[in-house]
Amino acid sequence: MSRARNIGISVILFIVLVSVWEAMVRLFQIPQFILPAPSKVAEALWRGLASGVYFEHLYYTLVSTVLGFLLGSALGFGLGTAVALSRRFEFFLYPYIVMFQSLPKIALAPLIVIWFGLGLSSKVVNAALVAFFPLLVNTIVGLKSADEERVSLMRSLAASEKQIFWMLRLPNALPFVMAGLDVAMIFALIGAIVGEFVGAKHGLGMLIQSMNFTMDVSGQFSVLLILSVVGLVLNRGISLIRKRVLFWDPSEKEKVEA
Amino acid sequence: MSPPVIAVNALTKRYAARTGTVSALEEISFSVGEGEFLTVVGPSGCGKSTLLKILAGILPATAGEARLRGTAIAGPRKDIGVVFQSPVLFPWRSVLDNVLLPIDVQGLGRDGHRRDALDLLSLVGLQGFEERYPWELSGGMQQRVAITRALVHDPALLLMDEPFGALDAMTRELMNVELQRIWMEKKKTVLFITHSIPEAVFLADRVLVMTPRPGKILEDVRVASARPRSLDIMNTPEFGEHVRRIRGHFNVKGGIDA
Repeated sequence: MSRARNIGISVILFIVLVSVWEAMVRLFQIPQFILPAPSKVAEALWRGLASGVYFEHLYYTLVSTVLGFLLGSALGFGLGTAVALSRRFEFFLYPYIVMFQSLPKIALAPLIVIWFGLGLSSKVVNAALVAFFPLLVNTIVGLKSADEERVSLMRSLAASEKQIFWMLRLPNALPFVMAGLDVAMIFALIGAIVGEFVGAKHGLGMLIQSMNFTMDVSGQFSVLLILSVVGLVLNRGISLIRKRVLFWDPSEKEKVEA
Repeated sequence: MSPPVIAVNALTKRYAARTGTVSALEEISFSVGEGEFLTVVGPSGCGKSTLLKILAGILPATAGEARLRGTAIAGPRKDIGVVFQSPVLFPWRSVLDNVLLPIDVQGLGRDGHRRDALDLLSLVGLQGFEERYPWELSGGMQQRVAITRALVHDPALLLMDEPFGALDAMTRELMNVELQRIWMEKKKTVLFITHSIPEAVFLADRVLVMTPRPGKILEDVRVASARPRSLDIMNTPEFGEHVRRIRGHFNVKGGIDA
């Protein structure tokens, strides 16, 4: 099968890439605090994992990411639903939402540390803040995108507005909501890490900061590696849920066939 | 003779447009008897879809009234089944669940209607497709599901708005024969809107011919051919005479499509 061949090519490409990197660093004697060799990164990774230090920090980062994601998405979905369903809500609330949305939320991180302290809650709030908007916007668009003909059909059956919401608008909005969750997951991780940069006692972001002070560049590389794996796993998790929920969505089917 | 199922009296619909008021329907009056198959034919923009929406209770009339079994149609009703030009199925519901939508909306209880739904599905030739999803079916099959859905709550009246307009010519002829069979089996009163003159004559007990803007009834043609009709009757002199006569109206008025 060509699939096996493709995997083979990927593995060879990876090995070549890492070898070239290693060779360059050795050949040109690049100092370790500029660009560490892959072997040094692997060493640092092993040290961190074996001592359990990385796991401890990973735990804090994961908890604040997931809690922030849940909190931000739930608020975004709830408020988005209110805005999509109520003209009045939209009229009074939307200007603030737009204003707040154009603000880079990351810039609030120092303030949030002042308000919520160095502990977990400030990271959760930070993550929630950036996860909030993708959900809000996608929920509004999704709930408003119900096909006119389908609404007519529901009305011709004498359906109430509540029934139209539960049987038509909500399932119809799911592809948008799932796309929002996809983005919100990665955003939440960014939010948590930035929160840890600004001020924290634990977490991978705080670890990167402290390694930076000690010029432990290979250590930083090894944490970045962990972070990209974490991002990938979280993203995959959402994709799995999405495939189950949206089995009927044409854009999902294309992906399965491809 | 039994009292009419539909009695339409001086029904008028005007829209406010930027260029002034547009009159879509002007003092239309007609009635449809129990079990009768009435087709309404006219060029695009003659207000036939407006007429259907008023009868379905999803559009208010400007003046005049329409009565269904003696009571005025003032809003959506539970004793009407509607089939639109596109099937308007919900992709997240299986075929059976789509058919049961009116039962769910009207809270009639699935248990009592599951059997009816399955019987109707086999009547329209879809036995074995209950658990499939709409996107797994061809256009003709999807429209069969839509017809089944319109019949499942045993409505007094079946409204059909160019239901086969989006199908290819051969499927369309097949669906005409199928619809006649289903109608003869269920003995429903049908109001069927189309802009295909042969389709209108083939299906009808009576054909209402409408003029474009403002929509008025030009002629009420009785088609007496025996049932069940096969597609061969399209080659008979009476059939040709009906088609020629109806087409003549439009050539004088200069507005005809297809």
